[in-house]
Amino acid sequence: MAIEHADVLRAAHLARLGLSDGDAAHYLDDLGRILEMVDQLQGLDTEGVAPLAHPLDATQRLRADEVTESNQRERFQRCAPAVEQGLYLVPRVVE
Amino acid sequence: MHDKTLSELAGAMANGEFSSRELTDHLLARIERLDGDLNSLITVTSDQARTAADAADAARSRGETGPLTGLPLAIKDLFCTEGVRTTAGSRMLGDFVAPYDATVVAKLKASGTVSLGKANMDEFAMGSSNENSHFGAVKNPWDQNAVPGGSSGGSAAAVAAGLVPAAMGTDTGGSIRQPAAFCGITGLKPTYGRVSRYGIIAYASSLDQAGPMARTAEDCALLLNAIAGHDPRDSTSVSRGVPNYTEELAAPLAGLKIGLPREYFGDGLDPAVEAATRDAIKVFESLGASVREVSLPHTHYAIPAYYVIAPAEASSNLSRYDGVRFGHRCEAPSDLIDLYKRSRAEGFGEEVKRRILIGTHTLSEGFFDAYYTKAQQVRRLIRQDFLDAFEEVDVLMGPTSPTPAFDLGANKDPVSMYLQDIYTIAVNLAGIPGISVPAGFVSGRPVGLQILGTHFAEARLLNVAHQFQQATDWHQRRPAIAEETR
Repeated sequence: MAIEHADVLRAAHLARLGLSDGDAAHYLDDLGRILEMVDQLQGLDTEGVAPLAHPLDATQRLRADEVTESNQRERFQRCAPAVEQGLYLVPRVVE
Repeated sequence: MHDKTLSELAGAMANGEFSSRELTDHLLARIERLDGDLNSLITVTSDQARTAADAADAARSRGETGPLTGLPLAIKDLFCTEGVRTTAGSRMLGDFVAPYDATVVAKLKASGTVSLGKANMDEFAMGSSNENSHFGAVKNPWDQNAVPGGSSGGSAAAVAAGLVPAAMGTDTGGSIRQPAAFCGITGLKPTYGRVSRYGIIAYASSLDQAGPMARTAEDCALLLNAIAGHDPRDSTSVSRGVPNYTEELAAPLAGLKIGLPREYFGDGLDPAVEAATRDAIKVFESLGASVREVSLPHTHYAIPAYYVIAPAEASSNLSRYDGVRFGHRCEAPSDLIDLYKRSRAEGFGEEVKRRILIGTHTLSEGFFDAYYTKAQQVRRLIRQDFLDAFEEVDVLMGPTSPTPAFDLGANKDPVSMYLQDIYTIAVNLAGIPGISVPAGFVSGRPVGLQILGTHFAEARLLNVAHQFQQATDWHQRRPAIAEETR
């Protein structure tokens, strides 16, 4: 399956990754060759094979619904770029 | 001191030959003198190391010692370390100081080890040469024109150069085994779920696994004893007893059934690497093992399947870097979308962006089934190949990598770089353990022998590797930089 310039820009937008038109042209070539390599999979018959998501076929373990962590907001916000009064600062979203 | 193994160092400290503090100071001085060129460590934690070494010496004087008390090591910069910068080799996390310890780090601290620093790596563990680090390429201690391998290239180079006796790495598609092979050391990727992933910066969550890198299989066993086991904080870690991995090291190999996957000795394998590998296998025959050819028929689909699954998981995992809660943030964003897009464009390097784009594309509407579902189906076939082979043989052997370490800058094309991982990548898709041990040299660069076992066969792999190291001396060879007497 070929990939086009618009597909690269679409993926970049979905991934919230700033990409100029020139960057997209550069990646188009690489991604095209990677997908060409990946397309070898299409030649393999996988009819009736169940997809494998986890190498041990494990199921999600559950635990009791108990509070195990204390509030450490100040500590965890120390690595944030911009914080005020316990809140993360971002550009205005609602006018 | 710097050319000894962990177990030799532990013995010397028990005999009072030197203290952990003396050992630590010696290695820190070597790092200071030699690592400017090698670039194997991103952050050196001298002060914390001296404090930890003093604490280990104090514990020893009280008679409170364990097998790892006072032993120095380095930690790949993908493991969160409380109060210490943890970068994942990325500009995105260039100033990130982790507020907590990864479980592996906490366990190593509790066992009395002394971390000297955080090892260089390909950005977010994406790479096979360590050239993708924001903090610069790492040089191979055997030949500074060569790459050390990746993504745990700094960990491997630091051990090979005699800067630390051991290091922690992670392996998503070969990132412990291939750099171990390129640098002439021993590296173990445990079974998926054997070691907790909590606090390890995620790349591809269904493939990532942490493991030890050291000079011998025996040292890897000592370290695996300390880090293996269930962790309630990692729901994919396995609730299963942990054996004592050093106990079976001495078991004789008579009767061991070795399989050689036909597909691991085909086109693309450097003939000199093949010769070294076959010589190593003859050593096992002399130890009483039998050898037969087996087939892993879906081997050639492993790289294509991996380059759907790993980027898909990466694109999801890396969506957390939004410039808001932690990590790099662009200057003066005009709105929220601009904040996200520019922070991520500035923070991520080229290979990371490439994989985010591939993953986002293959997971997007209209492509999901053709790529992702298909790759997961192929993943089952690849795992089944291994399960079938382990019905016939105890372990599989082959080269870790098709070539010895290549030159810095030699693989500019991403696809040709990806193809380097042909013998290691299927192992992660199947979730089985694998170890690489030194097995010779080609043009002065080390060659690794890869030994694979079925799920949870780590004790067997370590035993087989250890017996090989009793019969050979490849693991005792040191590059000139490690033989310096100071």
